[in-house]
Amino acid sequence: MDVLIDNLPALLRGFRETVELSAIAALVALVLGTLLAAIRVSPVPTLRWAGTFYVNTIRNTPLTLVYAFMAFAVPRLDFQVGPFRAAVLALGLYTAAFICEAIRSGVNAVPVGQAEAARALGLTFTGTLRHVVLAQAFRSVIPPLGSIFIALVKNSAIAEFFAVPEATKVFDDLVRDNPDALYWLFAGVALGYVILVLLISAVFRFLETRLVVLR
Amino acid sequence: MSSVLYDAPGPRARRRMLIFSVLGTAVVALLVLFAVLRLKENGVFSARQWEPFTDPGIQRLLFKALWATVKAALVAIALALVLGVLLAAGRLSDHAWVRTPATMFIEFFRAVPLVLLILFLFLGFSDELAFIGRIFGSSGQGAFGPLVVGLMLYNGSVLAEVFRSGVAAVPRGQAEAAYALGMRKNQVMRMILVPQATRIMLPAIVSQCVVALKDTALGFIISYEELLRQGRLIYTNFGNIVPTLFVIAAIYIIMCMALSGLASYLERRLRQRGSRVVALDPAAEMGGGGSAVGEPAELVR
Repeated sequence: MDVLIDNLPALLRGFRETVELSAIAALVALVLGTLLAAIRVSPVPTLRWAGTFYVNTIRNTPLTLVYAFMAFAVPRLDFQVGPFRAAVLALGLYTAAFICEAIRSGVNAVPVGQAEAARALGLTFTGTLRHVVLAQAFRSVIPPLGSIFIALVKNSAIAEFFAVPEATKVFDDLVRDNPDALYWLFAGVALGYVILVLLISAVFRFLETRLVVLR
Repeated sequence: MSSVLYDAPGPRARRRMLIFSVLGTAVVALLVLFAVLRLKENGVFSARQWEPFTDPGIQRLLFKALWATVKAALVAIALALVLGVLLAAGRLSDHAWVRTPATMFIEFFRAVPLVLLILFLFLGFSDELAFIGRIFGSSGQGAFGPLVVGLMLYNGSVLAEVFRSGVAAVPRGQAEAAYALGMRKNQVMRMILVPQATRIMLPAIVSQCVVALKDTALGFIISYEELLRQGRLIYTNFGNIVPTLFVIAAIYIIMCMALSGLASYLERRLRQRGSRVVALDPAAEMGGGGSAVGEPAELVR
């Protein structure tokens, strides 16, 4: 217990890093995932194939490997990325594929009549998508998006190995210094993650009650 | 849906689509070309960087690493299936003193990052869990146990929820009819619900195997001799990190795609027969964390 109290500042710093990393990565993933979803329903075959290829590749690659690519292969493209940016890229690019799938199934859940009506009113492809289909899809996509962001926070723990000083890294270092306090440290850090998870799920439940459309 | 979003293209739309097609292709091609050229400039495509993979010794090393990965995944999935059945049975129990601990167990292991769990097991219990490595003849005795047990706890918890949705997806009349025939709850479960649920949730179980297979890569962090860890031996030796990562990625993608393909084949077949299907939601497919709110598996149809 004392170990937790003595090292509270370090643990809090670790969790702040976790939150920062996850928040930025979530933003990247949301933007890229939405774009990918739009591409995957677009009438341009090349773009559709590129989107499908991206999603299928990412979905079948371990996240640890994506991290390794960002940390070790991206520098060979002459982009200098520090550990933090590499982790943001890895998490963002990985999660984008899953956000794309969630949005796409949300798009498919919008009744076809809505799109037909929009077309009948003369809206263009982009207009139909933006004002009618995506506007509704985003609402039905809120619960899965919440789960994806929770998974993202938990996946940010892999950054531990790639020199990002986030919560799991702090846990690792503290345990190596105080091996006797393993249980307390695990309980403390696990509690931290559980709190984060509960916070995100509360936010998304709130959004859901506010935005959900009754059909 | 996508067929409704746009009309059958007329001449003008076709011209526009052609322009977009060319532009889109050009953008994608430029990005790929840029990456390839930069990599080439940095000598990634030189023969020297790829030559190690023609060496039988290196190939043997990779095959051994592949086997270590597959073995960890197989053992973890087998254990997770058993744990999942037990947890699901607990969660579906009529007795609160069984149901509550099972629910708490499931929720806890779904909420904690898998990395943290594996690290905890590795730092605290690698001696106690070494017997698992000995049973399955793993040379990485210290790391095999914690990795497999971590994967078992996490995947078992997710599978328990999948099993629960599978049982819930069997039409209600089935259980009602069985009760009306005078069967006990045990018999209804065993003889009526579980056999039908197994079929419904088979695609989700196979998808979960893909997740477990991908998550074995976390063994890298505790130095289990899986693909990435052994790849590190190769690239620290030959300085060919990018080619090594490409080779490992190719191995993972081929294995996982084959399994994902099997999952979607099973799903398609069930759908064709007009059966219900339980599918994993995208967050559960991310692995390493899955979802902690609501259901990891959703009922389709």
